[in-house]
Amino acid sequence: MVTTRPAIKEVWAWLADVPDPEIPVISLVDLGIIRDVQWQGDTLEITVTPTYSGCPATSIINFEIEAALHAKGIDNLSLKRQIAPPWTTDWLSDAGKAKLENYGIAPPQPAGGPQHCPHCKSHAVEKISQFGSTPCKAQWRCTDCLEPFDYFKCI
Amino acid sequence: MSVPGLIRLGDNTLVLGQRLSEWCGHAPALEEDIALANMALDLIGQTQLWLGLAAEREGEGRSTDTLAYHRDAWDFRNLLLVEQPNRDFGVTMMRQFLFDSWHLAALTALCNHTDADISAIAQKSVKEVTYHRERSTDTVIALGDGTEHSHTRMQSALDRLWPYVGEMFTTDEDDLTDMAALRPAFDAHVTAALAEATLTRPGNDFAHQGGKTGARHSEHLGHMLATMQVLPRSYPDASW
Repeated sequence: MVTTRPAIKEVWAWLADVPDPEIPVISLVDLGIIRDVQWQGDTLEITVTPTYSGCPATSIINFEIEAALHAKGIDNLSLKRQIAPPWTTDWLSDAGKAKLENYGIAPPQPAGGPQHCPHCKSHAVEKISQFGSTPCKAQWRCTDCLEPFDYFKCI
Repeated sequence: MSVPGLIRLGDNTLVLGQRLSEWCGHAPALEEDIALANMALDLIGQTQLWLGLAAEREGEGRSTDTLAYHRDAWDFRNLLLVEQPNRDFGVTMMRQFLFDSWHLAALTALCNHTDADISAIAQKSVKEVTYHRERSTDTVIALGDGTEHSHTRMQSALDRLWPYVGEMFTTDEDDLTDMAALRPAFDAHVTAALAEATLTRPGNDFAHQGGKTGARHSEHLGHMLATMQVLPRSYPDASW
């Protein structure tokens, strides 16, 4: 019997449809946490890097990867956790950054703070707290439109 | 043998992570509540990496959870500083500032460890702890150089906790890096921050010891572990 192994490129496309459980507007591929996809014999090996070491979404993410690939008929699947090199927001895709902004979350900036308010685009913004609703976000506010917003921390 | 050194690092982050999580729902403002819980989460995540590696290398069938939930106070190897009670927000943030200042220096050194697994955990943790130190430093400065009342409370928090600083820089062959060598980096950061906070560094460097060797923990650790461990000890097969 001949078993067909889906092409690596196809697997990446499937993973690009798996949303982040906390910020469903971006995919796991946009987030930059899928580091490698390869076949080891008949087993598909996916290498995943956690964002924050204590992020509770990590186990859900693994579960969703398994569910998505099982749905595509992949039975032999192995998830490998890789912590070095550590995840950085530099690995967020440009498409992911644009989706965050549209969703109302200011994308990370090397300067360490949001470029502008994701709602009204004003540059008059101030920090409320260095931490936010998930480990990857901080709380900011716009002093023009007065809306609070999340900022995706740059690490 | 790296296991005792890994357990020291993991016990520090576990005990402080548990202490910080005691604030959940009680902090003086919602933003502070979230910040303390987020730091607790980072520290518990780091614990899983350190104690996970310790358990794997020990090879005696113990897991991260066994190490966290099925050891008694005398088996813990954390610094005395991290087991000290939260008391008020000022004491909690001063404890965090002193710990973060040591922790960042220790992790920076461990990033260059020759053991690739140890270096990888340090590289992951150093990013989170850089952020922790930035926040605890800012808070100590804001409260120290704040009102007369907040200044008095921060000075009293510093005086209370200073006797627990010295233990962080004691070192022996179990440590994964020379902890005594970290003192200049710690002193540089702490001296500058305390000056900006208008706080006075205590003159007496007497240091309580016995946490990282396990010889003499303070009475507070046992009480904390009783709360932390009661569920898995009462229901050993519980899962959630």
